[in-house]
Order: sequence, then structure tokens, then C-alpha cells
Amino acid sequence: MTLPVALFAVVATATAVSALGVVLSQRIVRSAVWLLFTLVGVAVLYFLLGAEFLGAAQLVVYVGGTLVLVVFGIMLTAQGPFDTLTTRPAEWAVGGTLGVALFALLAHAVMGVEAKPAGDGPLPGTGPLGVAFLGDYLLPFEIVSVHLLVVLIGAAYLARAKRRAKP
Amino acid sequence: MPEVWSSIAPHPWNLVAAGAAAAGLLFAFVGGSTFLAIWAERKVSARVQDRLGPTRVGPFGLLQSLADGIKLIAKEDFAPDGADRFLFRLAPYLAFCAAFCGFLALPFGSGLVAEELDAAAFFVLAVLSGEVFGVILAGYASASKWALFGGIREAAQVVSYEAPRALCVVVPVCVAGTLSLTAFGRQQVGGFWNWYVFHDPFTFLAFLVFFVTATAGCKRAPFDLAEAESELVAGFHTEYSGIRWSYFFLAEYGSMFAVSGLASLLFLGGWHTGVLPFEPAERYGYWVGNVLNAGVFITKCWVLVLVMIWMRWSLPRLRIDQVMETCLRYLLPTACGLLVGVCLWQLAVPAAVGEVVRFVLAFGTLAAMLMLFASLLTPDGDPTPRGDLPGVWAGRPTPLTHPLSRGGRR
Repeated sequence: MTLPVALFAVVATATAVSALGVVLSQRIVRSAVWLLFTLVGVAVLYFLLGAEFLGAAQLVVYVGGTLVLVVFGIMLTAQGPFDTLTTRPAEWAVGGTLGVALFALLAHAVMGVEAKPAGDGPLPGTGPLGVAFLGDYLLPFEIVSVHLLVVLIGAAYLARAKRRAKP
Repeated sequence: MPEVWSSIAPHPWNLVAAGAAAAGLLFAFVGGSTFLAIWAERKVSARVQDRLGPTRVGPFGLLQSLADGIKLIAKEDFAPDGADRFLFRLAPYLAFCAAFCGFLALPFGSGLVAEELDAAAFFVLAVLSGEVFGVILAGYASASKWALFGGIREAAQVVSYEAPRALCVVVPVCVAGTLSLTAFGRQQVGGFWNWYVFHDPFTFLAFLVFFVTATAGCKRAPFDLAEAESELVAGFHTEYSGIRWSYFFLAEYGSMFAVSGLASLLFLGGWHTGVLPFEPAERYGYWVGNVLNAGVFITKCWVLVLVMIWMRWSLPRLRIDQVMETCLRYLLPTACGLLVGVCLWQLAVPAAVGEVVRFVLAFGTLAAMLMLFASLLTPDGDPTPRGDLPGVWAGRPTPLTHPLSRGGRR
């Protein structure tokens, strides 16, 4: 067993276990913490594959942004000190079915793709990525950017301070 | 660094050995720096407040942190009754891990880096943004309203300050054309006028904005709203005690050194002295040159950390709404303007004008600093006579000029 395979086994196991933790834990914030480990695990997998920019983007977007906002939202809206989730049997059944179906679909898709042989040369860095964004893929990139801008403006509109007319 | 180990160990084990050595060295650096920085913080604060600070433990009180550490280890480590114990115990480690991982991509010299990353600047920012999660969890899991308020403030503050901080990092990245911190260091070889802080007026201002936002990102005063002791007892770490409490401080000082290192690599020439016109690691050999490099780099980190300490004890704390307004209304538009400005500068300004501006900025800053030091070192023209009071109190009676035994109180 080579070093990359051993590292992959360790990281992938940890990621999968913490993903189970997300689903199985009862408290919302504990789920968020398990989700933190899952997302960091995925980022470490990207680093192992040599995709440094993607790994760092995963960290900055999900760990530094999304997860913090999740916990922030729970802290602002929770009624009691530690909110717990109760899952009914029907929800278990529906969720389990959907999960198994998605897993089967993904596994089928992954098995269908032929793995490329690993190259020895260094992977293209951030330079080619940026050139691709502003060159061949400019239109999709701009569409996503404008989409995000619309979301931002919409959020600012919804959250704006509502001024009452003074009597 | 794996090349060094490949002569000692066979293939997979040289990587393992290099990783272990790098982690050990970095941990020693973070721990040792925190040890000394806490002493420096207490000494500087004492001098600012006209006290002596620690003097009893070791020479100049240098071992004060050791005494504190022993005390903290000996204290009972307990969690409040209502707390979520698992998260309560986990939170300090999360904060420390995030601060520590930032050092993995910081080069201390030419090639002297734990892991050479192509997107190192982005990686350091990404990892440091994870520190806030530990603080929020600590605030939430403590089941205390003070801690909860501290956590909420921390979340709002740090997430807001991340945006201008990242934009300010992009400004020198536009000039350098790379995200690799090693490449940043190599490009700024030679005189100090080659440092990117002096490249044009926009990078100069970007350095100042970056330093302010980095201070806020480390939740240092005047932005330490998460632990504002006048309102929130001790904020997010109210319920922590003993060694677990000190991990938060390890994390805070660790991230201070990490952002200072990032600032010196992006703006202040990295490991270059600013005087030597060549790369020491190439002239003197890898090890000798890099010992010099690491010394210079660590000195620059220390200078920036000392400025942070100086700011903390000189400036009053802002209110939470002022903190948010400073960021969203002033720093964020400034950072956006600087980014646009540096792009236009790169495109439109001819090289000759750029060179002139660079030298004016560099030598102007040097002259300003020299004049500042000269004015500090020259004695005042009319020193106050011994025993008298200076300034507006001149001429008032003191126990020395009017001994109480003779005249008594007037």
C-alpha cells in the first residue's frame, strides 16, 4: 500500500464517518460540527489530488462562510438553549430511500467513467484556471456572477430596514 | 524539504519524516512565539500604563508565561452544568488547529516552507477564516448569555472583515501575478524599494487597510468585541478555565503571527532584509542563507505583532455598531477602490512614472520614520527641573518641593 493510498483511506474514512454523524446526530449544532469535519475532509481530498485552489475555495466558501452562517442562524433563531431534532419513521423511510437511490446513481456514474492514468507532471495551477474562466468559459462564468449578484441584491432588499412613516 | 530526508530514509518515509519535522518545528515556533508574545504584551501594556509589568519570574520577568502555564495546568478544568460538553471541549482545539494550519503554507525563507502550495496566499486566508468557527462554537456551547453574545458578535464581525481582508490580498496579487507566497518572496529581492508596499500608492494604502482588517480578524483591540470585558464579562471564553482557556490564547497569538507573516510576505519583502542586493540562500548556501532568511522573516513578524500590541493598549475599544460600520461603510469600499486602482495603474501608468513614484514612496516613508525616531530620541529643550511637575501642572506643589513636615498642606 503506497502512501497516497494510505492517506486516502484515512481521510476518506474520516469524511464518511463524519458524514454519518451529520445525519445521525440529534442536535442541529452538532450536525453542523460534523458537517465541518465532512467539508474539511473533502477539502483534504482535493489537496491530496493536487487541486490546491479547489481545496482552498472549498474551505473559504463552506467552512468560513456557509457553516458560520448556519450556526449564526441557529443562534439567532433557536427557542431553547440546544435545539434537538426528532425524526418520524416516515421521514426515515423517505430519506433513506432517497439516499440509497442517490448513492446508487452516483456509484453507477462513477463506475461508468474510465479512470485516467495518473500523470507524473505537475497539475495546472491557478493561472490556466483563471485564463479559462475569462476565456473559453466567459459566458457561464458571467452568468453565475450575475446570478450571485441578483441573489445579493434580493437578500439586501428583503433584509433592508423597514422605515415606518412617522405619525 | 523532502529532498533532505531522502538521503536518510527510503521513499514513502522521507515524506513522512519531512512532514513530522515541519509540524514539530512549526509547533515549536507557534508555542515559543506565544510564550514570548504574552510576556511582551504584559510588558508593553505595563509600560503604556506607567507600570513595570512582570519582574519577579526570571530575568525581566521572562518566565512569567511559564509560571502562568503551570498555574493554568494545575487549575480544575470544568464545564458548566447546562453546556453541551462535547462541543465545549472541542471548540478550543478547532480554533487552535485553524490558526496553526495557516503556517503550513508560509515560507520562512527561499524554499523553507512546510508545503509548497501554488495557491498559498488563498490557502492561508481560507484556513484562517476557520478560526472563527471555534470561537462561535465556544460561545454557543457554554450555555451562557455572555458567551452567546460574544459568539454572535464574533461571527458578525469576522465574516464581515474577511471581505476587505481578502480584497486587500488581491491588490499585491495583481501586481505580482501569482498566488504562490514563495514566488512573492523571490520577486521582492534587493533593496527595500522593491517591496510591494512601495510599488504604487494603491498597494501602500492596501497594506494599511490589510493591517487594520487583519487586526480585526484576530479579534484584537480595538476590535475585541467578542470578549469585551466591560459589557460581556469575558465574552466567548467566560465559562472556560485552566489549560482549555489558554488554547484560545494560543490560537489568538498564532493567528496574529500568521497574518503578520502573510503581510510581510505580500507587502514587506518576505524574508529579504531590504538591504542585501542578492538572495542569501543562493549566495551562502541553502542552510546558512535560510537561517538568515528565517531570522529576518521572524523579526518582521515580531515587529508587526508588536505594533498590534501597541495599538491594543493605545486605542479605546469601538462599539459593535461602530465596528460593523467601519468595515462595511469605509473599509470595504476602500478595498474595492484600491483593487480597481491598482489594475488601472498596472495598465495605464508608464514604467518611468511608476519607478519615480516607487522611489518617492520608499524614501519618503524611510525619511518619515527616521524623523519620528529622531524626534523621540532628542531630549526636550526645556526639561522639567527635578521634583517639579511637567506641563499644565508646572509650579504646583509636590511633596518634594514642599515637604509635608514643614509646611503641611496648603
